[in-house]
Amino acid sequence: MSHLVLDGLTKRFGSFTAVEAMDLSVERGEFVSLLGPSGCGKTTTLQMIAGFVPVDSGTIRLDGSDLGPVAPNRRGLGIVFQSYALFPHMTVAENIAFGLEMRDVPRAERDARTRAAMELVGLKGFADRYPRRMSGGQQQRVALARALVIRPALLLLDEPLSNLDAKLREEMQGELRQIQRSVGTTTILVTHDQHEAMALSDRIVLMNQGRIEQIGAPDAVYDRPASAFVASFLGKTNVLRGTADGRGAVAIGDLVLALAGAGSGPVQLAVRPERLVLAEQGLGARITSRVFQGTHWLLGAESAAGPVMLMRANDGLPVPKEGEAVHLRFAPADAALLPGGVSA
Amino acid sequence: MSLASSERSAPFLLTGPALMVFLGLVIVPLGMTVLLSFYDWGQYKGIVPEFTLKNWIEVFTDSYFFEIFLRTFRIALLVTLATMLIGVPEAYILNRMSPAWRSGFLLVVIGPLLVSVVARTLGWALLLGSTGIVNQALIGMGLIAQPLPFMFTETGVVIALVHVLMPFMILAVWASLQRLDPQIENAALSLGAGTLTIWRRVILPQIVPGILSGAIIVFSLAASAFASPAIIGGRRLKVAATLAYDEFLNTLNWPLGAAVASLLLIALVLITVGSNRLIERRYAQVFE
Amino acid sequence: MRRNGPAALVFHALFVLFMLAPLLIVCIVAFTPEGYLSLPTRGPSLRWFRAILNYPEFVRAFWDSLWLAALSSTVAILLAVPAALAIARYRFPGREAMTTLFMSPLMVPHVVLGIAFLRFFTQIGISGTFTGLVLSHIIVVIPFALRLVLAASYGIDRRIEHAAISLGADTATVFRRVTLPLILPGVVSGWLLAAINSFDEVTMTVFIASPATVTLPVRMFLYIQDNIDPLIAAVSACLIVMTALLLLALDRLFGLDRLFVGSGKG
Repeated sequence: MSHLVLDGLTKRFGSFTAVEAMDLSVERGEFVSLLGPSGCGKTTTLQMIAGFVPVDSGTIRLDGSDLGPVAPNRRGLGIVFQSYALFPHMTVAENIAFGLEMRDVPRAERDARTRAAMELVGLKGFADRYPRRMSGGQQQRVALARALVIRPALLLLDEPLSNLDAKLREEMQGELRQIQRSVGTTTILVTHDQHEAMALSDRIVLMNQGRIEQIGAPDAVYDRPASAFVASFLGKTNVLRGTADGRGAVAIGDLVLALAGAGSGPVQLAVRPERLVLAEQGLGARITSRVFQGTHWLLGAESAAGPVMLMRANDGLPVPKEGEAVHLRFAPADAALLPGGVSA
Repeated sequence: MSLASSERSAPFLLTGPALMVFLGLVIVPLGMTVLLSFYDWGQYKGIVPEFTLKNWIEVFTDSYFFEIFLRTFRIALLVTLATMLIGVPEAYILNRMSPAWRSGFLLVVIGPLLVSVVARTLGWALLLGSTGIVNQALIGMGLIAQPLPFMFTETGVVIALVHVLMPFMILAVWASLQRLDPQIENAALSLGAGTLTIWRRVILPQIVPGILSGAIIVFSLAASAFASPAIIGGRRLKVAATLAYDEFLNTLNWPLGAAVASLLLIALVLITVGSNRLIERRYAQVFE
Repeated sequence: MRRNGPAALVFHALFVLFMLAPLLIVCIVAFTPEGYLSLPTRGPSLRWFRAILNYPEFVRAFWDSLWLAALSSTVAILLAVPAALAIARYRFPGREAMTTLFMSPLMVPHVVLGIAFLRFFTQIGISGTFTGLVLSHIIVVIPFALRLVLAASYGIDRRIEHAAISLGADTATVFRRVTLPLILPGVVSGWLLAAINSFDEVTMTVFIASPATVTLPVRMFLYIQDNIDPLIAAVSACLIVMTALLLLALDRLFGLDRLFVGSGKG
């Protein structure tokens, strides 16, 4: 039996449907990200699990029991808010101990667990500091310690790293992942940042307009997007127009590939820029732009199948200039067939 | 208990006590006062709860009342203009001071607001009396031969009210000055504007809403002022508020006093709500 | 930002003189040794301050005013805190109208309020009582309490309360341990501003005070109506000095501009 099960979860605000019939199962100890653009329903889902937003229909089950009738202060979930929501009038230690106090944990144990939590997040020696006098990264750690110290059944993270600068964010990602692994708490992360979702999660739940577009491991979702939306939202992608002949071959310009399940008629293929390579022959294209990015060049080109982007490693070999005619190729395994008729 | 239903009833439970107090202690008494203005009154029979329009007819037709209301609004208008002319530049000067000086002078400017109006007006009575400092100084400087009459004149009342109400104008203008981008003057300077142009074209348009909302506050407070006109103006120079006071506590003609008070209330509500509407419509973009 | 020029500084000096002159003259005249209004040219004397003690009605009115201010502003803040929380965080029918109603004592001339209360209290038989004074003062000071608590309530991040709930706190605990401490500066300054305004109120109170229950400003006003002498100057001087001390304390505690900007008084 799964640890957390969302079954047909639905929320409407007036005529706007924020979350529609959402089904999701999360295993014990798993790290799952809800990823999507703003307004996709990911935060509303989190708020429903937390109990701050009432559910219209559907159920939320934790270890088989329905959370619906349980008041938000009796759910025992750990939450890290986007703004951290630290209590500004309490010290770090008081902030962290608050949840234990609410549970009437005896003084000695409370102090010990608070100390342990501060050590876990690397805040030893900050006990008497007030949140206002700490950096964003430190506040973030306090919020995490405060949520973890109550040994929550579930850890909910609402865009926890979005207020940090890029370098600190990367650092905290690693640390967050390592802490989650060591305590083994089932974790749901809400984020609009694909890199964060891919770096942290066991599985990604991609959401759009209140619906789940795709669920899967980060590399699986990245490599085999189930829809044009997923392909364009996760990383950069090329959508190429081609024609299937009904016998398992697809023509994209001059390039002909064997693709099972392509059917017949016009098709759309998603190909990542890093999987498109320059070749002697194949899809004809003309280079339109050239941007140097350190480890690689990002090339823009106009091809017979539409505009494309490709990456060219900075390996010391010559790079085609703007206006140069080139040929492009990719392996059939690197192309994901998009459901017909959808244009990206 | 379901979250949804408690969220729905919470605001009414929370505002309930204050709402009951206001219904019982504001709406009902004000309603009774308006009602009272339609009651009859006689020197010997007292208040008779019979519907009559005679108080309102008297207030609207007797030139005595017309003169008093005219004086009331004339004084309020002069006070408003004077606080604008003095308060706007002063707020601007304050805003340009260094923070240390500013907070000190802010005490001086706003502080009098907390001092009893009676004590402040007493100060003006001492200053403006025929043997007061102002007259002695003016005679001493050879500017006048005879002491100027300030006490029991409109001029005296206006001076005292300008002092009493000045903090409201400063605060209103100050609030809108604080919203100005401090770089904006430098931006205008870099584009070649002179000091006067900056004032007229850049600063003033942005703080006009603040000035006008200050003016509305000052006007309505000046028109309903009581203690200062009573002390400086005395019995002879009546305004609407002191007129109502006399009808209630000296003549004891409560229905007539109620009519005067109701008229003052209605006139002020119409003027302030009307001008607020006008300002909001005119300056909708600036308020955004 | 550019500095003020000399003309601006002269204007400013004259302005400060204008604001302070009436207060200073009261304090100076209060020290006169003569039996009539005059400047203390023969050196300062405390005779008029001593004379206050021979007028127990001033002393009693002072204590009555203080008591009235404390009582009415306390009730006002008790009504204002829940109302402000509701207005700040819920969208409900009548919210705008209710806010306007609660702020209306600033708009309605105090003369009119005085008359309305006089009429109402006479009808229900509490005219001239201390109860009547307290009830009427609650109404006129609620806007001050409400405005400052409201400003503090708008400033709260609701997620801080959500955090407390998620950690297991019930409604009462959230209010006591999180919400109240967060709005406390607004509550304290709102109470103080309400108390000061109650203490100073004269226009409305003059209608409903009776010889048995008279506040200090009303007593002073009635005294001035009869005659102006050094005694009343001495009483006023005491009031001015007390207010100045309170003002300095308030400035230290809260910062005056924070307390006042956006504030208006009736």
